[in-house]
Amino acid sequence: MGLTIAEKIFKDHLIDEPFGDVSVLKLDRVFCHEITTPIAILDLMDRGKDRVFDPDKIKAVIDHVTPAKDSKTAMQGKILREWAKRHGIKDFFDIGHNGVCHAIFPEKGFVHPGFTIIMGDSHTCTHGAFGAFAAGVGTTDLEVGILKGVCTFKKPDTYKLEITGTKPAGVYAKDIILKIIQELTVNGATNMVIEFAGEVVDKMSMEERMTLSNMAVEAGATCGICAPDMTTVEYLWEFIKDDYAGKKEALESFSRYKSDRDARYVKEKTIDVSRMEPLTTFGHKPDNVKPVSQMAGTKVDQVYIGSCTNGRIEDLRVAAKVLKGNKINENVRAIVSPATPKIFSQALAQGLINIFMDAGFCVTNPTCGACLGMSNGVLAEGEVAAATTNRNFNGRMGKGGMVHLMSPATAAATAIKGEIANSEMFTL
Amino acid sequence: MKNFIGNVLFLDRSDINTDEIIPAKYLTENDKTALKPHLLEDLKLPGFDSAKDLDDKQIIITKANFGCGSSREHAPWALEVNGIHVVIAKSFARIFRQNMFNCGMLAIALSDADIEMIDSEFAHTSTNVSIDVENGIIHLSSEEKEYNIEFSISDFDKALIKIGGWVEYADLHY
Ligand code: SF4
Repeated sequence: MGLTIAEKIFKDHLIDEPFGDVSVLKLDRVFCHEITTPIAILDLMDRGKDRVFDPDKIKAVIDHVTPAKDSKTAMQGKILREWAKRHGIKDFFDIGHNGVCHAIFPEKGFVHPGFTIIMGDSHTCTHGAFGAFAAGVGTTDLEVGILKGVCTFKKPDTYKLEITGTKPAGVYAKDIILKIIQELTVNGATNMVIEFAGEVVDKMSMEERMTLSNMAVEAGATCGICAPDMTTVEYLWEFIKDDYAGKKEALESFSRYKSDRDARYVKEKTIDVSRMEPLTTFGHKPDNVKPVSQMAGTKVDQVYIGSCTNGRIEDLRVAAKVLKGNKINENVRAIVSPATPKIFSQALAQGLINIFMDAGFCVTNPTCGACLGMSNGVLAEGEVAAATTNRNFNGRMGKGGMVHLMSPATAAATAIKGEIANSEMFTL
Repeated sequence: MKNFIGNVLFLDRSDINTDEIIPAKYLTENDKTALKPHLLEDLKLPGFDSAKDLDDKQIIITKANFGCGSSREHAPWALEVNGIHVVIAKSFARIFRQNMFNCGMLAIALSDADIEMIDSEFAHTSTNVSIDVENGIIHLSSEEKEYNIEFSISDFDKALIKIGGWVEYADLHY
């Protein structure tokens, strides 16, 4: 019987099945950030186990609150920084070089097809876009990952989502994943791996695939996987060119991590996007989704473009295209956080930063920033935000605040109108 | 192995969530011991006062679905730093239960009938419990009564608590 991508990765990494029901897998990467890693580091020190399994496979970044906003966040950075130094973790990205974890790690070429990756962060599923098995974990699992380079998982039941049709103008990867979450609901893929397939995914850039995989966890999934193909090879080429004779050979090698034709899925669903409209959320659950047309006119106080979902260069390009020659509404404040220094430089070189600034946006350094309501754009009680982020939970961007999730195009249009608006009128 | 013996705190309610066990505002703490005074401070249970009622208690006996809500590991830690290494309930939220064993602590699920029996026989007395992990026996005693109840956990979970949790287990085996 054939295997799915996730099953193949499990098979290649399995080192133990201690009592039948769990698989212990060898890890290729352990990613760390300054919010969840310090407590793991301190606990390992407490146990007299301040060691790391392999400093080259551990990558760390300060990204959630940077520059530090108070003594507590400064201490979190300090613990991570000193630990990275102590253990010779060379790929540690501190202020000046840092960016949102799920954007900067792929950008540095750290994620390859077939890899196993853990991180103490729920959106670790993003890295599945490369055909990797990547999952968010709790502190104890993170500690064991750091110490021994292993993690336990249950067998990966896979939910196959075939995305077909042609994306209409104004509809982006973000709209598609919102539609998926609406149809699956927030528990629809709990403890499963979602495999995104179909002609729409095949045509997507790596950036778009990362947007899709990023929000797999919002449907409950452990990981959201896309099969590796030539797009994956092209994205990674500068990092792997010494390992393969050519791109064809690289593709051949990566193709080992495609699902077999006769692979078994626990669930399958086809979604046709041809008649889709741009979407946004309402309320405090990511499966509360409506067409932008039905939400049009909803007043917002703040617009945020950024995060691990939509802070990449393509996102900034799309938003800038809508904003060009326009000013944001006088009742709105707008913030853009390019997700990494590289994206910031590209945006600068391509004139996008000027477009944002001319429109009236505040441009911040690369950081998670407003996404988690800890710094750089916290909402006041009763305020409403339009954001390209991934979570609209109650209080997510500030106590008593409301967040509407949407694509960068819709967010830009919303900034101009001061109320939720379709981007089409600005791009015709 | 941790200590699985002590005085019982009865929490007569189902669906006690991790926010009630340790409120979200303490998640920024880097040091587990900072959680100590805040265990169960937001618990909604008539007459319960965490400052007083937790005093000299090492074992919690409660109803169904204990530890539901957010999957934070701070919940078992908040118990651990208070010297509470055992929770006995009708059922547990899945992740909370695994987090307990990962930390080398015991989450024991008993049948509804067993919990109701313990409740009627012991709830209003001061009760001591000791647990024999190897043989799967809970020994309850109050001034008037003594009682043994059997329980079972998986071999993996048993291995985890014997060695003191997943970090210790993994360090030894891999
Ligand atoms: S951008 Fe937001 S969702 Fe992404 S890692 Fe940062 S805080 Fe989490």
